[in-house]
Amino acid sequence: MKGRTAKAQGARRRGRWLNRLLTLHGIAGYLFLYAPIVILVIFSFNASRFMASWGGFTLAWYGKLLGNELIGAALKNSIIVAGTATLVSTIFGTMVALAMSRYNFWGKLAFDALLYLPIIIPDIAMAVMLPLFFVLSRTQLGLPTIIISHIAFNISFVAVVVRARLAYFDVTLEEAAQDLYANEWQTFRRVTLPLIMPGILGGALLAFTLSLDDFVITFFTAGVGSTTLPLRIYSMIKLGITPEINALSSLMLIASMTLVLLSLFLQKGGGGKIEIV
Amino acid sequence: MSEYAVELEEVSKHFGPVVAVDRVSLTIRDGEFFSLLGPSGCGKTTTLRLIAGFEIPTEGTVYIEGKPQGETPPYRRPVNTVFQNYALFPHMTVYQNVAFGLEMRKVPKREIRQRVLEALEMVRLPGMEDRRPNQLSGGQQQRVALARALVNRPKVLLLDEPLGALDLKLRKAMQLELKALQHRVGITFIYVTHDQEEALTMSDRIAVMNEGRVLQVGTPQEIYERPANRFVADFIGETNFLPGQVVEATGEQVVVLVDGQMPIRVPAVEAVTTGRWVTIAVRPEKIALHAQPPDPQAISGEVEEVIYGGTDTRYQVRLTPETVITVRQQNAQVGEAVVFPVGSRVYLSWPPEAARLLTE
Repeated sequence: MKGRTAKAQGARRRGRWLNRLLTLHGIAGYLFLYAPIVILVIFSFNASRFMASWGGFTLAWYGKLLGNELIGAALKNSIIVAGTATLVSTIFGTMVALAMSRYNFWGKLAFDALLYLPIIIPDIAMAVMLPLFFVLSRTQLGLPTIIISHIAFNISFVAVVVRARLAYFDVTLEEAAQDLYANEWQTFRRVTLPLIMPGILGGALLAFTLSLDDFVITFFTAGVGSTTLPLRIYSMIKLGITPEINALSSLMLIASMTLVLLSLFLQKGGGGKIEIV
Repeated sequence: MSEYAVELEEVSKHFGPVVAVDRVSLTIRDGEFFSLLGPSGCGKTTTLRLIAGFEIPTEGTVYIEGKPQGETPPYRRPVNTVFQNYALFPHMTVYQNVAFGLEMRKVPKREIRQRVLEALEMVRLPGMEDRRPNQLSGGQQQRVALARALVNRPKVLLLDEPLGALDLKLRKAMQLELKALQHRVGITFIYVTHDQEEALTMSDRIAVMNEGRVLQVGTPQEIYERPANRFVADFIGETNFLPGQVVEATGEQVVVLVDGQMPIRVPAVEAVTTGRWVTIAVRPEKIALHAQPPDPQAISGEVEEVIYGGTDTRYQVRLTPETVITVRQQNAQVGEAVVFPVGSRVYLSWPPEAARLLTE
């Protein structure tokens, strides 16, 4: 009896020790991931011009940022690119997802695999191929070529997210609508669309975030006067990291995180049963 | 105008190499409660979907109120469906669900309101307008589905195993309610079920289906008392099958030698000739047991098993080394009924018309 208690205590002690180790491991992991970001945000409030020293708290860099016309122009470009690319790719991505989940057609499997390709292949591969395509089609590089390139990879992301939603869609609901005198268009508008809307919005927000952040593909397809925010930051960094860049990055970070969280929330909510994998 | 609500004329439906519905012809009368009964995969649901317009026949014609439907889409057919899993719109309230069909047909808003509230009243769900389907119990969802279909006042209501998802007690209650509802609204009901008891209690007429074909159409009594073939006799209720060879066929009566040793007399239902192999079908509850032979030709056997089941007692009686027959005796008497113990010799009798001669 006594021996068993001692043994149990030993096991409990060992368990506690293991638990602490696991906690430590978790903290270390998150530190590794988020410490640079936290430092970046902290230094965006640094009154000193140099990263090496802390010169007190200031909002001056954010103020300076607002007055920077080059950054303003870049932000405008980024929003035009991300907005247009998102709108177009959401429409096409949703159509692709609907077609892929509803119909069986010749070459569907190959088409399906090709659809995933832009998600899997390295950005750099697409980034090298796209200007080639534009040169061959004699298209002047500029905002339109960036938009087309962004649409090219965003369609896949939207299609994948919408398809995940459609996988849980009960087709008898459409039959029920048709049984209740709704024609094909009314059925789509009143039943199908509202039910997959969380997926579509989730896909759209994901597309917007990806487009806003994209550097590699944009870099290769941009022309004169089509500098987007990430490209502007890159050219600023070449002259040395200033707290101004820290401030700008912090703002972009907040924007991206808000969009991603909203996207996840929409995919999860809306009466659906989508699990985020 | 046709006297038939729905008519199927040699309708077939093929899915690739699979024949789901095979040359089915049916006539369903106005105001009738008509059931399509059969095991899963027999084609009953496909038949219903052909009437609703979700499927288009490979061959043959579906008529609704005398009009050939051809490839008319579901939204232009004067029928409504109650789906097996109800298919309520999850993003709409109960009110919006029920109002959907009327809205699509551009009924004025005020009339919609009145009719929706009436329909919910009719299925005994008043006050639930603002609930969402996922806030309702299975039985309540079922009622909303009914209201959503009936509010459109269709000529024909199609029901695809509507009670399948409910528990037994609720199912029994809903059976009676549905039947009463059908009486009240006077709409033709076409009801798909695999539950023979449900079909027997609810229907005016039943079509028994198997492997895409209609085997028999008739009232519940006709189907139960005079099954057309072995499948129907076996599927509806319980039946003893005694295979044998016809040894004597003289007009009214036929003598069948069962297991080569036991002659049984049955009324001739169609021209059968001596030497033909046939099956005799007898319902267990039609057979009476006796301690003494009721007539000199009575067949006898030995009681092998006695199962007391409350309202009745089941006996397994061995007639020949190869054949065991089931007998059900009503426990109608108060107190201890006459019980034949295991191992005792009993004599069997049944009214001549209770035995059916099946030639298939």
